[in-house]
Amino acid sequence: MVDTSVELNGIKFQNPVIPASGTFGYGYEFAHWYDINCLGAICIKGTTKEPRFGNDCPRIAEGPSGILNAVGLENPGIHKVLDEELPKLRHIYHQPIIANISGFSKDEYVYCCAKADESPLVDIIEVNISCPNVHNGGMSFGTSPESAGEITKAVKTIVHNKPVYIKLSPNAMDIAAIAKSCEEAGADGISLINTFLAMRIDIKKKKPILANVTGGLSGPAVFPIALRMVWQVYEAVRIPIIGIGGISTADDVIEMMLAGATAVQVGAANLKNPYACKKIIEDLPSAMERYGIKSLKSIIGGGH
Amino acid sequence: MKKELFEIISNDIAAENIFKMELSGDTSAITAPGQFINIELQGYFLRRPFSVCDWEDYKLTIYYKVVGKGTAEMSCMKPCESLDVLIGLGNGYNLAASGDRPLLIGGGAGIPPLFGLAKRLIEERKQPEVILGFNTYMEMFLVEEFQNLGIKTTITTADGSHGTKGFVTDAMADKNYSYIYTCGPEAMLKAVYEKSISSGEFSFEERMGCGFGACMGCTCRTKYGNKRICKDGPVLRKEEIIW
Ligand SMILES: Cc1cc2nc3c(=O)[nH]c(=O)nc-3n(C[C@H](O)[C@H](O)[C@H](O)COP(=O)(O)OP(=O)(O)OC[C@H]3O[C@@H](n4cnc5c(N)ncnc54)[C@H](O)[C@@H]3O)c2cc1C
Ligand SMILES: Cc1cc2nc3c(=O)[nH]c(=O)nc-3n(C[C@H](O)[C@H](O)[C@H](O)COP(=O)(O)O)c2cc1C
Ligand code: FES
Repeated sequence: MVDTSVELNGIKFQNPVIPASGTFGYGYEFAHWYDINCLGAICIKGTTKEPRFGNDCPRIAEGPSGILNAVGLENPGIHKVLDEELPKLRHIYHQPIIANISGFSKDEYVYCCAKADESPLVDIIEVNISCPNVHNGGMSFGTSPESAGEITKAVKTIVHNKPVYIKLSPNAMDIAAIAKSCEEAGADGISLINTFLAMRIDIKKKKPILANVTGGLSGPAVFPIALRMVWQVYEAVRIPIIGIGGISTADDVIEMMLAGATAVQVGAANLKNPYACKKIIEDLPSAMERYGIKSLKSIIGGGH
Repeated sequence: MKKELFEIISNDIAAENIFKMELSGDTSAITAPGQFINIELQGYFLRRPFSVCDWEDYKLTIYYKVVGKGTAEMSCMKPCESLDVLIGLGNGYNLAASGDRPLLIGGGAGIPPLFGLAKRLIEERKQPEVILGFNTYMEMFLVEEFQNLGIKTTITTADGSHGTKGFVTDAMADKNYSYIYTCGPEAMLKAVYEKSISSGEFSFEERMGCGFGACMGCTCRTKYGNKRICKDGPVLRKEEIIW
């Protein structure tokens, strides 16, 4: 028997596979497809203080081996998420829940994180300072070490009960420097990466496909870049890393962990195949055996 | 909603740029006409959504227009090839609302779901009537099939090459109807909305990330809050639509 379990900040995960924010709704929708209790954890859709409609449609375009999205953080607001959506999820699901928090100002991040910290339904807080699809917020906090550190510090001052992960953008000059700045400001872990700023033009209409003009690219196309960034961040910090970007197979999980991830998130793959996470989890033991891995914990950063 | 493997039974040209594809596989997840399937195509990241035109146990039919790379690739597929399909997606039309004389209005690639709807309305002893709008004679498809159901079928073509010259709305004036069911390009839906004197249901299209409600890629505003075209739609009631 191989051991797929991992541990993040003292919280035990039965395996490292977590559906990524924005690609799994509030989780309970996927109970239609399979028993979601097989997951390592669930990361919920990005949440802001007030309800948000998001961007106009079209919000979706396609790239070679990937998807562009410009959803723009559609969500019902932190209160409704904590009071209505998470109880629905908790009712059927008993593994850890990661709350993904977004904002347009430092105060908004602080407000939402404080609420998430109080909620008994949230196990880990993931602060998204990397959404490329909203203006004057999101990613603008995540592209410099100073602003990333500032948000981290502000959030860490008020969150007392739960680990805080900062989710980083790949659209930054030096992602290792940003991760380091977050670690120094007290972050308990780093999630990376969010999507790459990208666009497509409809040649027939000669206009951008996305109503927002630009969107975020993710999917298998970005896996090698995400892997490289996890590698670099692993060399720069000592806190745990959740590796995200283009993961769609058990082999990808192992590769990402060798680069330095303690756990991984699977995003776009869920949209193409609703069973993606379940399949990866089922494939993990045989993949481990194939590569002579007895315990996944033992390979974290093993590529260095 | 289910994920199933389907095998292509036939894939033939039905009109200019329009193909008819028959598939065999488990159709038990379909609960209403107007629902759609989402087909995985090798070499493309996103699935492609198509309305179910008609279905029975272990068989379903779609009609698709070649508009881009994915549909061009589909047009070259051969019988016996298999497709990974998400099936039973979306809400579909509500038959119970039809009244005795529903009017079905379809435009171009939006026509297919109305055929399955018409068949089931007839089974329920309703008397549907249909208006089908095309750009031109060469693009006409499914007309005979509707006529073979024994329902009154009015054709409009934008260039006047067949039937009434003009748009589907030009053929609405003299109709007597209890309810409207429609599917087609958004400009057509809006024109029908403005011209229709009864209540009705309108089927919308949007670019989709998943097709089953997970990504918020297809949300629109309605009078009753945000709705995902793929899960809460594609069919919206006239009363809730915001243009
Ligand atoms: C619920 C629903 C039902 C549909 N039913 C039918 C049908 O019965 N017959 C038919 O011919 N067409 C139908 N369509 C439209 C059909 O999905 C698109 O024409 C098709 O996806 C185009 O793929 P492509 O690769 O050829 O085009 P490309 O332009 O190369 O596709 C690029 C991307 O854009 C998406 N896309 C392009 N046009 C559309 C569109 N109009 N709607 C949604 N996504 C689009 C594609 O899915 C793909 O992700 C339906 C769409 C929806 C949303
Ligand atoms: C449709 C969609 C919506 C997303 N929404 C969010 C979000 O709300 N918050 C967030 O932090 N990341 C969001 N992401 C980014 C993913 O969580 C993930 O970081 C990214 O897609 C890379 O992983 P992938 O290549 O496996 O998709 C979204 C991605 C997609 C495709
Ligand atoms: S396409 Fe994903 S929610 Fe509708």
